[in-house]
Amino acid sequence: MAATRALIRRGARDLRLLAVPQCGIQADMLIGAGCVRGIEAAAVTMGELGGAPRFNAAVKAGAIEIRDSTCPAIHTALQASEKGVPFMPLRGILGTDILAHRPDWKVQDNPFAESGDPIVLLPAIRPDIALFHAPRADRAGNVWIGRRRELVTMAHAAARTLVTVEEIVEDDLLADEATAAGTLPGLYVSGVAEAPMGALPLALTEHYGADTDHLGEYARLARSAEGFAEYLQRHVLAQDVAA
Amino acid sequence: MPVTRTELLIATIARLLEGCGHVAVGASSPIPGAGAFLARALGGDEMRVSVLGSRRHNFFTDGGRELFDCAAQGRMDAFFLGGGQIDGEGNINLVGVGDYPTLDVRWPGSFGSAYLYFLVPRVILFREEHSPRVLVPTVDFVSAPGVSEEGVWRRGGPHALLTGRCLFAFDRAARRFRLESAHPGESAESVAEATGFGYDAADPVPETAAPDRRMLDLIRGRVRDEIAETYPAFAAEVLGTAA
Repeated sequence: MAATRALIRRGARDLRLLAVPQCGIQADMLIGAGCVRGIEAAAVTMGELGGAPRFNAAVKAGAIEIRDSTCPAIHTALQASEKGVPFMPLRGILGTDILAHRPDWKVQDNPFAESGDPIVLLPAIRPDIALFHAPRADRAGNVWIGRRRELVTMAHAAARTLVTVEEIVEDDLLADEATAAGTLPGLYVSGVAEAPMGALPLALTEHYGADTDHLGEYARLARSAEGFAEYLQRHVLAQDVAA
Repeated sequence: MPVTRTELLIATIARLLEGCGHVAVGASSPIPGAGAFLARALGGDEMRVSVLGSRRHNFFTDGGRELFDCAAQGRMDAFFLGGGQIDGEGNINLVGVGDYPTLDVRWPGSFGSAYLYFLVPRVILFREEHSPRVLVPTVDFVSAPGVSEEGVWRRGGPHALLTGRCLFAFDRAARRFRLESAHPGESAESVAEATGFGYDAADPVPETAAPDRRMLDLIRGRVRDEIAETYPAFAAEVLGTAA
């Protein structure tokens, strides 16, 4: 979230967002602030707090390009980039309106079947940037992600990976097998910035819970463009700009 | 204490899950989650239950894709899906009402439905609101189709549809729901009035079986404690506070 706020303060424009595989307040804020040209996602939601208000308004106004997807299609298309292959097949999806609205997806018969067996082929997704927050990194740019392995897939697939962390530690995260197994090696990491409490108002597992009051305030204010502007002024634009 | 509607739904879900080895529960699903925990307790703890959003009841370690890969490997016997709209052929819509993409009402998105509906043998559709605006003749957007053409690889699909009024079973060959039982206070007529699609029905329509003493004790004790980790408000407000 710290990086999301920084993007808004910097007046980022024309971003194409890829949710892995769904997103909420981050995408909603970027859309509301006019930073986004298009979004690909399996879902955009504020969870228990209901729909994502600025996303919903932008969809209705036709203000952003939307590519509806399904969770495993996003994971799989990133895995294609991980392997450096142009596409990956995936079961299911046939007969959906998701497929009907995705001219970039193709259906072909399984070449190994004796006959028939149509299967969906997904083109590889190679993001320009993977962006996420993690508990810690070391001086060599190794980032501890625990069992959130989709972050590894994102980094493998993306051209560049930018990470914010709670803290930068002096230990070598690859030195001990116990931490190495949950570590994204610095080979895949382009930049790390320290941003304590950087996930707030969202939770960071084992570090802090979500700030539900803050999320509730957002969900309430962002229902209108004026309320959203008030939120931005209060919680994003008026902050000391470190990033 | 009389049996509540929520307890009836939890018990009905547990009965639908009988014999499953691994049941996965998606996001924002406290009642299906409680139903799965009850089925596990009744079956001597042999069932594996994975709950999205839980730390304790989540044995996945390979990132967001693992749930989907696990289903593809045939290691998941049951899953739950909902729908803003559900039609008489078991098609579900999680995207919105109106003409895509601008839509009149936008919902979060299809999540993994387009895939899991094909892969998981026993998909239980659960939607508490049972009204003509939810149970429609034809969905506006197919997030996931209830049935597929001949020749499409598919091992899974709708098994049952449980609502706040009744339980339907799904007949894949007939491509239709069949009214199995009506909850206390409902009748064949009241269900028909609230349903926007055609279906077959038992005659007379039996009443949905109430949970027995053992089930009730588990729901109000162990199951409540297990679900409280992921859904504390639900456990406290709906299933009563811990003794």
